[in-house]
Amino acid sequence: MDINDLRSLFTVLAFIAFIGIVWWAYSDRRKATYDEAAMLPLDDDSPFVPTGPQVTKNQERKSS
Amino acid sequence: MQSQATYNYKVVRQFAVMTVIWGIVGMLVGVIIAAQLVWPELNVHEFLSYGRLRPLHTNAVIFAFGGCALFATSYYAVQRTSHAPLFAPGLAAFTFWGWQLIIVLAALSLPLGFTSGKEYAELEWPIDILITLVWVSYAVVFFGTIIKRTVSHIYVANWFFGGFILTVAVLHLVNSAAVPVMAAGILTPKSYSAYAGVQDAMIQWWYGHNAVGFFLTAGFLGMMYYFVPKQAGRPVYSYRLSVVHFWALIFTYMWAGPHHLHYTALPDWTQSVGMIFSLILLAPSWGGMINGIMTLSGAWHKLRDDPILKFMITSLSFYGMSTFEGPMMSIKTVNALSHYTDWTVGHVHSGALGWVAMISIGSIYYLLPRLFGKPEMASKKLIEVHFWIATIGVVLYIASMWIAGVMQGLMWRATNVDGTLTYSFVESVKATYPFWTIRLLGGLLFLSGMLIMAYNMFLTMAGGKAVNAPVLAPAAAH
Repeated sequence: MDINDLRSLFTVLAFIAFIGIVWWAYSDRRKATYDEAAMLPLDDDSPFVPTGPQVTKNQERKSS
Repeated sequence: MQSQATYNYKVVRQFAVMTVIWGIVGMLVGVIIAAQLVWPELNVHEFLSYGRLRPLHTNAVIFAFGGCALFATSYYAVQRTSHAPLFAPGLAAFTFWGWQLIIVLAALSLPLGFTSGKEYAELEWPIDILITLVWVSYAVVFFGTIIKRTVSHIYVANWFFGGFILTVAVLHLVNSAAVPVMAAGILTPKSYSAYAGVQDAMIQWWYGHNAVGFFLTAGFLGMMYYFVPKQAGRPVYSYRLSVVHFWALIFTYMWAGPHHLHYTALPDWTQSVGMIFSLILLAPSWGGMINGIMTLSGAWHKLRDDPILKFMITSLSFYGMSTFEGPMMSIKTVNALSHYTDWTVGHVHSGALGWVAMISIGSIYYLLPRLFGKPEMASKKLIEVHFWIATIGVVLYIASMWIAGVMQGLMWRATNVDGTLTYSFVESVKATYPFWTIRLLGGLLFLSGMLIMAYNMFLTMAGGKAVNAPVLAPAAAH
């Protein structure tokens, strides 16, 4: 196996990893987490109130 | 509540103010070289000649103006979305003073003729070492702040800023590798690249295009993902799309560089790979643009009377335009017409003025009052004036360069029936004069907008107190 096979393999693995990321990002399990994360910049002084469930986790300490 | 801990706004303030100052300086140099193309008599001295000033212009607008804007906004966003003040404030102060020193050294050494001749990496090795020190400190401050965050998530803007910081470190180290020249037993500031021939060209454009992809795109997308939701008062349109956007850019940008070397000694397959990855880039670029613009969905009326939002949304429109144009220009047959013409210059400025400068200007307008304890900028009217002057300036600039570029490309390739060239090179130069004049006008308008911004900034700063907002207690009662 010469080095170019490894290079091709790496490209294929990178592609599979990317497809995995898309699948993971759009899985239903991530939805609640992302809704919270999306509110991070607005958590402090924003007049905007989301219609969905209110943010909670962002107000919890990471260590707690 | 926690103690009286406050965010470190000092370094943000310093970088924000210098963004405007260096923006004026860099764009002024751009206007001067644009004028030199129209009136060559303006090349009054070798220090002020076109060949010396052109790299000064590109370095000043990219690294001084764009760089300061990125430092200011990333330091601001990472603190606030991490609910933690900056890690290592002393090191953060070093990044400010170090970066300013680098800019001053560039402004001196480039006109004096010290250059390594690598586009967007012209600075000689002693300055390159200083850049490395500042950049590593930047990474320590930024990632240190993320590590000590008191919220569980790392907000998507920080992923983009982080990706930009890491990649630029790698790019700078690899492309700047050089061997200094020894003369009479002492090291001189002159150096030669560690690479040679087509490898040197490929490494240079691997660097060059990723400087566009990570310095001028990923970093400013970080800005977009924080300041557009902030100014619109709404969360980003689709957070999942932003995650895919991030990884898609990371996976594809690295490979696009060869499109700068079409029809050169670079192997043909490498050129084709570069072209294909450039075409693929259209997808994540437009995904990001749509994500930014659609953040305003349901609140379009805000666009009517908020000039800061106008800057941001217009910047995203230019981002969409230039990331459509770029992949088209990377197609070999299109590139055969566009390469080496003013079309490239127009494309770059559609991205640089339309996207990078406008998103920075919008974000800095957002920041300034908050950093100086004012409810808003001193004059909203002047922001509106700035917006329209800048927009007209960009449109004049890119439209004239499109026409000039296509005309040059057609003139250079035209042949007579007997196979001889229809036009000599100088005939294409002569035909370009009117368009260079329009470009100069566009550049002047954009520069005037920056002067208005500086006036508005000093009005806002006058009588204002430098404030540091208290750190958000994550467990605060809501």
